[in-house]
Amino acid sequence: MLNLRGIEKAYPLAGGTLPVLKGIDLTIQQGEMVAIMGSSGSGKSTLLNVLGLLDGFDSGGYDLDGVDMSGLSEKQAARYRSQFPGFVFQSFKLIAFKKGGENEALPLFYQKVPRRERQKRAMEMLGKMGMDDRADHLPSELSGGQKQRVAIARALITEPRVILADEPTGALDSSTSHEVMSVLREVNGSGITVIIVTHEADIAAKCDRTIRLHDGVIIEDGRSGEVVEPTANGAGSTD
Amino acid sequence: MMGLDRDRLIELVQVVVRNPLRAFLSALGVGWGLFMIIITVGAARGLENGVKADMGNDVANSMFAWTMSTSIPYKGYQRGRGLELDIDDVKWLEANTQHLDLVCPEIQLGGWQGTNNVIHGKQSGAFDVSGAIARYQEVKPMNITSGRFLNQADLDAERKVCVIGSRVQDILFEFGENPLGETVQIQGVLFRVVGVYTPKGNDEDAQNEAESIYIPFTTFGKAFNTRDRVGWLSMLIKDGVDAEEAEEATKQLIKSRLSVHPDDPRAIGCWSMAEEFQKAELLFSGMRLISLLFGSLALLAGVIGITNIMLISIKERTKELGIRRSLGATPVRILRQIIGETLFLTLLAGLCGLVLGVGLLEAVDGYLEGGGDAGVFRHPEIDFGTVLTVLCILLGMAIFAGILPAIRALAIKPVEALRAEG
Repeated sequence: MLNLRGIEKAYPLAGGTLPVLKGIDLTIQQGEMVAIMGSSGSGKSTLLNVLGLLDGFDSGGYDLDGVDMSGLSEKQAARYRSQFPGFVFQSFKLIAFKKGGENEALPLFYQKVPRRERQKRAMEMLGKMGMDDRADHLPSELSGGQKQRVAIARALITEPRVILADEPTGALDSSTSHEVMSVLREVNGSGITVIIVTHEADIAAKCDRTIRLHDGVIIEDGRSGEVVEPTANGAGSTD
Repeated sequence: MMGLDRDRLIELVQVVVRNPLRAFLSALGVGWGLFMIIITVGAARGLENGVKADMGNDVANSMFAWTMSTSIPYKGYQRGRGLELDIDDVKWLEANTQHLDLVCPEIQLGGWQGTNNVIHGKQSGAFDVSGAIARYQEVKPMNITSGRFLNQADLDAERKVCVIGSRVQDILFEFGENPLGETVQIQGVLFRVVGVYTPKGNDEDAQNEAESIYIPFTTFGKAFNTRDRVGWLSMLIKDGVDAEEAEEATKQLIKSRLSVHPDDPRAIGCWSMAEEFQKAELLFSGMRLISLLFGSLALLAGVIGITNIMLISIKERTKELGIRRSLGATPVRILRQIIGETLFLTLLAGLCGLVLGVGLLEAVDGYLEGGGDAGVFRHPEIDFGTVLTVLCILLGMAIFAGILPAIRALAIKPVEALRAEG
């Protein structure tokens, strides 16, 4: 279970600060599939980064399965990142000079899993993604959908408790987006929490729950079908 | 921390080979620096070996002393008194010195480097003729190519025998003619040749030595009417005794024996091979140090080049480092990776420079061994200790080179790195 209490986060600017998260209270149960929506600059990616311990916060509290995540050193945060979340990014974030299988197995490298074991698990995971024939391909030799599958496989290879996906379909066509969402739905079906940051209402509609942010504040939080459509003033905008 | 297993090695190789031209160019500076160290240190050693080989005609702890005239009045004697040594002075010196192992009396016909007409049959030539004792070879080593050197029996019996240098043989004897048992005439006195030698070394002194003839010291006194007079002393300093100290002590002993003022600067002449060796050793140590210093500076320039390339590389790899951080790479892992990459590149380049440098030295050595002429240059080489020193310097520089890029890499926040393009 992820529990955020009054999370505040501001970025320093010349002559002041820019508040991005303004007192976020949020609880996400294990096994939920949650969409975080909001306009550009609403703070949704920052929220995802805080959840994934990629970024810190200024005040408030964050518990992960009852463990306090505030005030972690960079080394402790790295340890949590290697075990608790799996990340999926809009632009895939694959290392260009590493083959698909090597990219996928990289989190296990940082968990000090032996090479043979890494290779075995990477092949199994790619097999589940229908990508086992692409293990020796460089990212430049893969299509967008294939790259995202490798990225999802990389996120799943450490058997994380939560998948944090930042615009996972943002760079894909609608057909491939549908495939990727099917994969994420399947992942969620196995009990893994999936949190997706998206602009797209139809992507959010495939999740169980939708949280809408505006100007660093949660303005809506409910079942996906019940969250209101965008308004003229930008609140709830999905573009 | 810097342990290297297969996984890390693969990581390092991947990073280095993904931009081979850049890796090669940045490595070139370090390789060149190390190559220069090996070549300059090896060349300095070659020069040292060559000079020492040329000095091989003399023993490292040999010393020579001779008398001149006084410059200070003393004990009723006027200044300008001519001094002479005789065989009793030699025996007295031997009995009283604490610094010398051997004192050999020597005298030359016609004085120092005075040449004399020597005849064999219809051939004749002008050569140095010296009176020496049997142990003279210990001070002036020579290769006896046939026969023998003078022995004590020659001296005791005052035999008219001689040992001739190789050039003397060439000039006085026909090609293929065996000189042993033949006689040569020196100032009308016949001497039987009992040995032929070639001098050690290649310098001018060695060339002169090849044109010399040695006869027993005792025979010399009788044959040329010099009686017990000694031209100069050839001596060996005891092991572990400082050459300068031995020289001063010996001069003072001779001065006291000949009633010369202790402060007289001119009365006794002295020349010490050991001192020359020490000076040469100092010179070559200086050369080695300078070679190492300038080579290290060249190496430093190469290492700074690698630091620069690594800094550029870190900037370009911001996204990659962000991905690694997001996947669980701890700061220590990133630090280890960046320093490891720098070390890998630097050591690889350094080893290439080392191998090429040693290879070139070996090739030059092979050429010289095969009869190539390089003047005063012999066996260019580099010893293992110097190689180890250079590798340690390289290792230190490589770690130094990696620290700045590693710190730069660590300063990148994961979230900022993930936003980076490229």
